[in-house]
Amino acid sequence: MTVFYVLLVFMIIAALIAVETRNLLSAVICIGAVGFGASLIFLFLRAPDIAITQIVVEVLGLIILIRAAISRDLTFISGGRDFFSVVVSAVIVFVIFVAGIRVFESLPDFGTPIFTQASNAASQSYIAKGLAKTGASNIVSSVILDFRAYDTLGEATVLFTSIIGATVILRKKPRKLLQECDE
Amino acid sequence: MKGMTVIVKTISSWVKVLILLFGIYIILFGDIGPGGGFAGGVILAASYVLLLLAFGSEFVERNMPVSLVLRLLCVGMFCFIALAISGLFVGTGEFFRNWIYQDVVTKKGIDIHIIGAGIIPLAEIAIGLLVAAAVYLVIFTFSTFRSEQRQDLPVESLE
Repeated sequence: MTVFYVLLVFMIIAALIAVETRNLLSAVICIGAVGFGASLIFLFLRAPDIAITQIVVEVLGLIILIRAAISRDLTFISGGRDFFSVVVSAVIVFVIFVAGIRVFESLPDFGTPIFTQASNAASQSYIAKGLAKTGASNIVSSVILDFRAYDTLGEATVLFTSIIGATVILRKKPRKLLQECDE
Repeated sequence: MKGMTVIVKTISSWVKVLILLFGIYIILFGDIGPGGGFAGGVILAASYVLLLLAFGSEFVERNMPVSLVLRLLCVGMFCFIALAISGLFVGTGEFFRNWIYQDVVTKKGIDIHIIGAGIIPLAEIAIGLLVAAAVYLVIFTFSTFRSEQRQDLPVESLE
């Protein structure tokens, strides 16, 4: 249990540094540290699938995407905060804090699986019959690609469509053609 | 986007193969151990993004052109939908039916080692291809978009 508190304190410190620092690149690296702590927590909670996805998406994806997309003259943030925005953000944080206390009180204890609370949850039948019905010994794969394959199809379609759209908008050729037309 | 120093280039040209192999391992063993198409695809893309950061965008575009990556993206999406639709034509005919496992492996008793879980490993490969192409494309297009804008600015100011 102590290791979770240590990791949580580490993640909170990293998040505070990410908010407070002026250098955009070090802020991104601090966000990567937060994601690394989250992936370690998933690893200690015996969820290696989510740990791998977390470290790959948050650390590799986020840092490399921002490092590759960042332009060099934008790496420093200037300007302070005015009084009104500080008050507004303090009020929002307080409201979320109060609502979060109410929500967290109704949750089960830390570390207890949610399907032990509900007697006829769908996840119990997935765990009991997953290997016999799909043949995949990794229960996460059998859920996301067999029992809930519609979800994966939707995710893949969203990813495909958005990437095609971004590539069409940001591609090189039409902008060069437009410049030639202007000249 | 320009490349980095000789040290970074040398190290990244050694490391890129290991990252690529690790991504393929994560994709292929997604039905046996932890991992899967999404995580392995991002690792595959990360090996080429490492080359993009170390060698610059022109080097990467020569080796892995955008048109080829777009084709890989479409091949991944097509294979996934084809696997989903193939369940309609075999056996009882349901969308996303795991017909390779339910008909071939369990009923006839044929042991297919690498795709013993039916369409799940094949769908992992298709999703891995799709995610790898998608992540690589989004990082590549964003980085070249920025660097082109940077190169355009001084030319306009000179004129």
